[in-house]
Amino acid sequence: MPLAKRIIPCLDVTNGRVVKGVNFVNLRDAGDPVEIAKRYDEQGADELTFLDITATSDNRDLILHIIEAVAAQVFIPLTVGGGVRAVEDVRRLLHAGADKVSINTAAVFNPQLVKDCSDRFGSQCIVVAIDAKQTVWGAAPKWEIFTHGGRKPTGLDAVEWASRMQDLGAGEILLTSMDRDGAKIGFDLNLTRAISDALNIPVIASGGVGNLQHLADGVRMGGADAVLAASIFHFGEYTVEQAKQHMREQGIEVRL
Amino acid sequence: MTDQNNADGVDVAIIDYGMGNLLSVSKAFEHVAPLADIVVTADPAVIAAAKRVVFPGVGAMPDCMRELAARGLTEAIKQAAANKPFLGICLGMQALFAHSEEGDSAGLGLLPGNVRLFPAEAMQDADGSKLKVPHIGWNQVYQGTEGENRHPMWAGIEDGARFYFVHSYYAEPADPSMVAGFTHYPFAFTCAVARDNVFAVQFHPEKSQAAGLRLLANFVTWEGNQR
Repeated sequence: MPLAKRIIPCLDVTNGRVVKGVNFVNLRDAGDPVEIAKRYDEQGADELTFLDITATSDNRDLILHIIEAVAAQVFIPLTVGGGVRAVEDVRRLLHAGADKVSINTAAVFNPQLVKDCSDRFGSQCIVVAIDAKQTVWGAAPKWEIFTHGGRKPTGLDAVEWASRMQDLGAGEILLTSMDRDGAKIGFDLNLTRAISDALNIPVIASGGVGNLQHLADGVRMGGADAVLAASIFHFGEYTVEQAKQHMREQGIEVRL
Repeated sequence: MTDQNNADGVDVAIIDYGMGNLLSVSKAFEHVAPLADIVVTADPAVIAAAKRVVFPGVGAMPDCMRELAARGLTEAIKQAAANKPFLGICLGMQALFAHSEEGDSAGLGLLPGNVRLFPAEAMQDADGSKLKVPHIGWNQVYQGTEGENRHPMWAGIEDGARFYFVHSYYAEPADPSMVAGFTHYPFAFTCAVARDNVFAVQFHPEKSQAAGLRLLANFVTWEGNQR
């Protein structure tokens, strides 16, 4: 029996609360991060990802306290991202109980940070988050890296960028389609497949999940090693266990 | 050598050599053994006096060996592994062997065998799909032996239970009799070894929910010296 495909609920955290919006705006309160983390753990989540979307630096330490509290009660892998700019940020998050740290915008402006962090802490704990938007359609589609919540183009080709991040020591890629994020119409499967086929490291598909079939499609059609979703779990539409049952019915290996 | 039953020693010493998710390991032990005295320490005297020792670790093998030497912990680990129940986790398992392909690095040499990189040419599933390296996620652990021969560390854990892995290298023991668990990716590799006081695992029990917590609970009561 092979390695299980992972389901990873994502918690967007700001000012100590879990929130969810559409395309990073219209944020709704979804609850207390520790309570939500415990609920997902009980439902059989394979990992949890926390994205600190706090805009200002004053409340950044809140995420450290949240991770400490979660790590004392939830014994599955925890990934934390958002606002990671320096080796010291990674060290502090790992010290607070994070198992992996996700680097996003900082990698674009300073790719060496990915190498420095993977050299220092090991590839296994360095996730590079990629926000991509489709820019070329048709037979040879292309996707470009965007920063600042999908607002700023960088001119970087997503597939080439992902390969470069792998070469610099990323242990995993967290791939978000900015076209799909919050739209609930499913992952960008072509993008997911293009990146997964190009890399030897695991790819986590993100952005666009609206129902359980979308999760299964991400694995079977997109070739994702793990699927990440937020809103379908936060507001009680589906449990993680239901998602796994649905995937298993389609022949996908899951941990149940 | 310090007496392993020293009444002043802590119940569980978790070795701190500057690498690894020490907080996760200590929190998990606190959860399964709330009354036990559990410390994260880099002090060889504390390790020598402890009743049980945990050697955790994530990161790269050459860094691990360098940090152990720089902190004067190499000898303390060798003594602990010989004298008291000793649990190696992930890099803390790999470092017990003679050699690792990671950075062409010598290990502690407490167990015969080598640590190898998952070979790129073999990383395909039965249906031909590519298998990624690092091997990340929940995979099934088979306990190798049945009935009375089953190692006491597996008590209460189903054969084939899933544990959380994250690694690119795996141990290849020279002596098959020390294999206490294996996993398929895609070939069978050794994910647990046992010899005398030592039990070591490639996966992360502290991140493997109920099955992992049970393994840690078993360690807190395991007396070692058993096969």
